[in-house]
Amino acid sequence: MSGYWDPHIERMPLEDLHALQEDRLKSVVRYVYDHSAFYRRKFDLAGVTPGDIKTLEDVRKLPFTRKADLRDNYPTGMFSAPKSQVVRYHVSSGTTGKPTVVGYTRGDIETWSESLARAFTSIGLGRDDVVQVGYGYGLFTGGLGAHYGAERIGAAVLPVGTGNTERQIELMQDLGTTAIACTPSYFLHIMEVAEKMGVSIRKDTKLKAGVFGAEPWSLETRRRIEEATGIHAYDIYGTSEISGPLFTECYLQKGIHVWADMFLIEVIDPKTGEPVPDGETGELVFTTLHKYALPLIRYRIGDLTIKSSEPCECGRTHPRIMRILGRTDDMLIIRGINVFPSQVESVLMNIPEVGDHWEIIVDRKGPLDMMTVRVELTESGFSDKIGDLMKLKKNVSNKLKGVLNIAAEVDLVEPGTIPRSMGKAKRVTDKRKV
Amino acid sequence: MTEIKQISLFVENRPGRTAKVAKTLSDAGVNIRALTIAEAGDFGVIRMVLDDPEKGYRVLKESAFTVSMTDVLAVEMKDTPGGLYEIVNTLGHNNVNVDYAYAFVTAKAQRAMLILRVDDIAKARRVLGEKSVKIATKEEIQAI
Repeated sequence: MSGYWDPHIERMPLEDLHALQEDRLKSVVRYVYDHSAFYRRKFDLAGVTPGDIKTLEDVRKLPFTRKADLRDNYPTGMFSAPKSQVVRYHVSSGTTGKPTVVGYTRGDIETWSESLARAFTSIGLGRDDVVQVGYGYGLFTGGLGAHYGAERIGAAVLPVGTGNTERQIELMQDLGTTAIACTPSYFLHIMEVAEKMGVSIRKDTKLKAGVFGAEPWSLETRRRIEEATGIHAYDIYGTSEISGPLFTECYLQKGIHVWADMFLIEVIDPKTGEPVPDGETGELVFTTLHKYALPLIRYRIGDLTIKSSEPCECGRTHPRIMRILGRTDDMLIIRGINVFPSQVESVLMNIPEVGDHWEIIVDRKGPLDMMTVRVELTESGFSDKIGDLMKLKKNVSNKLKGVLNIAAEVDLVEPGTIPRSMGKAKRVTDKRKV
Repeated sequence: MTEIKQISLFVENRPGRTAKVAKTLSDAGVNIRALTIAEAGDFGVIRMVLDDPEKGYRVLKESAFTVSMTDVLAVEMKDTPGGLYEIVNTLGHNNVNVDYAYAFVTAKAQRAMLILRVDDIAKARRVLGEKSVKIATKEEIQAI
C-alpha cells in the first residue's frame, strides 16, 4: 500500500480529467502556433488551425512530430519559449545522427519533478527513504530527473551517478539505501559485483525497491532481479524529448501510470497512423500538455506498447501503458524478419543455465544475414559433459527460433566476458555493411 | 572411501585460455597429474586430476573460471595389450556406462592409470574390485 502525492489529480474522475486535458490541449496548440515558427509552418501545411481543435478527438487532425524534426531543427529551432525563459538544456547523444536538444523553463522542471514525485510515492517511497541515483548526471536526463523526483518527496538522495560500482555498494550499506534508480543492466552488474565482494543485497543492505529504465527490459529480468535480491523492481519510463524519466508503475506493478494532466497519449498503428484499441500493440504518441520551452505535438517516440484506459486498482484514474516492447529504432531486420532485442532477452532470462548478460551480433555471410546470440554459461549450468553443453546450446537456439521465427547461432561464453554497462546497455552489434 | 575429485573447467576456444589455466595452477603450486581437453567448436571442457583438487578449485574459481568438481575413478591398468579391454568389458557387462575416460602413465608406476567418469561409481568400484582391478585412492594420486 502507499499513499498519493497529489490525490486530487491522481484520483480525478475520468470526466473531469478529460475536460482538463481538452482545455490544455486547446491551449498548447494555440501556444505552439503562436510561439514556434516550426509548428506554425507545420500546421499551415497540414491546413489546420488552433481553432479546429475543439475536442480531445480533434488531436487526430494535427500532424505528427518526429525525431527527425528535432534533428533537422537542431539545436533550438522548434522551441516555443524565448531563450530568456529557458533555464536548462539537455542533449541526447546522437548515436544515429545529429544530437537532439531539449530545453526547460523553470515551470517545465517543476512539472518534471511533480511527475516523478507522484510516481515515487506510488511505489511506496517517502521522506524516510534513501534513494541512490545510479543514472548518469549531466546532459543525460536520467540522473537529474530521478534526483528531482526523490528530492521532491523528501527522500534523501544519494547522487552517485554511474560507475564506481564497489563504492556504490559500500555507500548503499553505510547510508542505508532503500531504493536505487539505474538501468536494469547496471543493476545486474551491481548484483554481480556485490556477490564478488561477499555482500548479500538481501541480507546486508536495506534495499527494497529498484526503479529501472532507460532501456527496454523484460518481465523475466524483473523476476530474476526480484528473486535474487528480494527487492521490488519497478519499471520507469520517459524519454528526453518529453523531459526525461517521468512515469513508473505503482506498487501493484500493473502498468506505467502516465499523468494525463501533463501528457495526452495515443497508441497508433505505425503504418497507417490510425489509433489502435486498448489492449492492442501500437506505437506510442505523446502530446505534451504542460510543457513550455519545447512542447511537442503528437510526437512519435517510436516505442511500441499497449495502452489501458481502465483506472488502476490503486485508485489512480490516469491511463497506463504496459511494458515497452521495444523501440522501432532498436528493431533489427534480419532476413526480412523484425527482431526486437527485448524478445531475445525474455527468452534468455527464462533459461536458468544462461547468465544475466548477453549480446547479439548480426553479420552477413554472403547474401545471408546471420544472427549470433552470445550468452554466458552460469556455474549451475555447467556440466563437464560436452553433450550436455551441446544440448543446452540447441535448447537456447530452439527457444529463440520459437519466438523470433529465425534461426540464431548460440555461443556459450565464459562468465564475465560480455561487456558490462554502467548506463544504457549496448546489446547489439550490427556488422552488416549497408 | 573418498572419491578422487576431478576438476572440470568451461573454456572458450580462443588463444591463451589454456595457458591462463596452467599459469593459475602453477602460481598456486598445484600440480597437474592428468589432463584432457574436449573441444566442441567455439568452446571446450578441460578436465584435470590435480594433486590438490581443493586448492586448484579455489584458485581457478577466484580467477573467475567456471569450475566444477566431479567424482571419478582412477583405475590401474596393465600396461600391456588388453589392459583397457578388461576394465571396460567388466563395466559393460555390469551395465555401468562410461561417460568419458582418459589415461596417463606415471614415471614411477609400472602401470597406466585410467581416469573414468561413470554413471554409477559405487557399482563400478564393486565390480572392478571383484575382478581384482586395483583402484587408486586419493592419497595415492596425491603421492604420485
